[in-house]
Amino acid sequence: MSFDPGDIRSQFPILNEEKLGRAVHYLDNGATSQMPEAVLNAINTHETAARSNVHRSVHFLAERATRAYEGARDDIAAFLNAARREEVIFTSGCTAAINLVAHTFGETLSPGDEILISVLEHHSNIVPWHMLAARKGLRVRAIPATADGELDLGKLDTLVTPKTRLIAVAHGSNVTGAITDVGRVVAAAKNVGARVLLDGAQMVPHSPVDVQALGVDFYAFAGHKAYGPNGVGVLWMPYELAETLPPFMGGGEMISTVSLTGVTYAKPPLRFEAGTPPIANAVGLGAALNWLQSMDRVGAEAHMKDLTDHLINSLSAIERVAVIGPTGNNAHRLPVVSFTVDGIHPHDVAQILDGFGVAVRGGHHCAQPFMDILDIAGTTRASLSPYNTMDDITALTDGLREVLKLL
Amino acid sequence: MSEIYQMALLKLAGRASGAGRLDNPDGTATVNNPMCGDRITVDICLSDNETVRELAHDARACLVCQASASVLGKAAIGKTVSELASVADQLNDMLKNGGAVPTGDDWQDYQSFDAVIEHTSRHNCVLLPFEALKEAAEDN
Repeated sequence: MSFDPGDIRSQFPILNEEKLGRAVHYLDNGATSQMPEAVLNAINTHETAARSNVHRSVHFLAERATRAYEGARDDIAAFLNAARREEVIFTSGCTAAINLVAHTFGETLSPGDEILISVLEHHSNIVPWHMLAARKGLRVRAIPATADGELDLGKLDTLVTPKTRLIAVAHGSNVTGAITDVGRVVAAAKNVGARVLLDGAQMVPHSPVDVQALGVDFYAFAGHKAYGPNGVGVLWMPYELAETLPPFMGGGEMISTVSLTGVTYAKPPLRFEAGTPPIANAVGLGAALNWLQSMDRVGAEAHMKDLTDHLINSLSAIERVAVIGPTGNNAHRLPVVSFTVDGIHPHDVAQILDGFGVAVRGGHHCAQPFMDILDIAGTTRASLSPYNTMDDITALTDGLREVLKLL
Repeated sequence: MSEIYQMALLKLAGRASGAGRLDNPDGTATVNNPMCGDRITVDICLSDNETVRELAHDARACLVCQASASVLGKAAIGKTVSELASVADQLNDMLKNGGAVPTGDDWQDYQSFDAVIEHTSRHNCVLLPFEALKEAAEDN
């Protein structure tokens, strides 16, 4: 099958301009992607033909619900090339997944231990570590960024110490789009026996992920950025590691036995899935990843590279506009492009672009430390999807020229 | 084109009444809008701990916030902190409920902000200068 962005776009009801009543050039996929009919149908089918609680009742609806939920777990395990299905833990999102690591693996750390993040991180991969450090007396350090907005991994030699217990970095930056050289990070961690967590929120929508090949210890991502619903995410970790970790949240589902004097806990993954899970959303996420895998990935990748290159080149040709992030032809980057407009706040850029039907994000993108380093309030960010076309890029750049005329 | 950026609002932002810093303020506060990165510092000097004698603002912010700071920068002089808190409440009502512009001739420039009402994500941009003023008064 060949890749046709028009065909992809036609699968997304919300992108129907006639139905929406206005032009829509949706370039805010790094914040939330849209859902194709395959996912919407999967959720609707579940809720109308299989809705029930899971793992509990014996009636036929409960059986259907459990099969659907666990089937989604199988789909996600296959997507990640996990060694075992039990390594896939459903959470309420990527933030919850990272917090789960902080509250389980984090509880095994000791005062004086160090956690290494980076200056490019999203707040979801900064704040949990600060909170953990305050609870446990840890030290949080950060890998700096290069002028191109990539992680400066040359500094790993000095930043990774015998006290480093975890390196937690984005697989791809939600601001600069730079893709992390995971091999170098894993090698540095292994030297000192540290674990590695990757925030895969921006990577999963754009590239297959093989957790075994990556060699990391934790992989977190969100459903709503990967063409799935809100309210669901995934934490992957090797089963051998998961078995050793204490639970975080307590309640139903995650127990083996409960008495008035004590509790024994379920094995992973259920140990980490307290309460009724986001069942329909998990089904939707499974459908989303299946949909992604059904696409001509080679064709999609080529399309995304063409769009990204064209976007960066077009922006770079506009006076007063500067792209933040790697821009060379062979730049190892995601289709996530941030830029500044000299003298114009990103909120104003984004607001005026909205008037032309162009949806971008203006602000600090939950990356305040990086914005402070750049000494700016924020950037305007366009984040692309296979349903975007050159028309969307043209709408953005034409709109930007109008911004510059007005302000 | 967004109706927010009507010429009157742009002129308010460009006028930048009160922009700058005071050498010896009685109170100062820096407030951030965590949603968008807007940041404003307000310095004030008060008479009798209540009446604004001088006010200056330094904003790294969008045009809506700058325009609101400009209105405040001009109109706050001679007003009490309590009066300005009441104006902030009226402004909040204008934005959230489509209420009237705050009462008083000095605040009629807020008519230029009527297009902001339907954009709830920009309401805090209008209110941020007042939040900074309140905290600066508490810093006194």
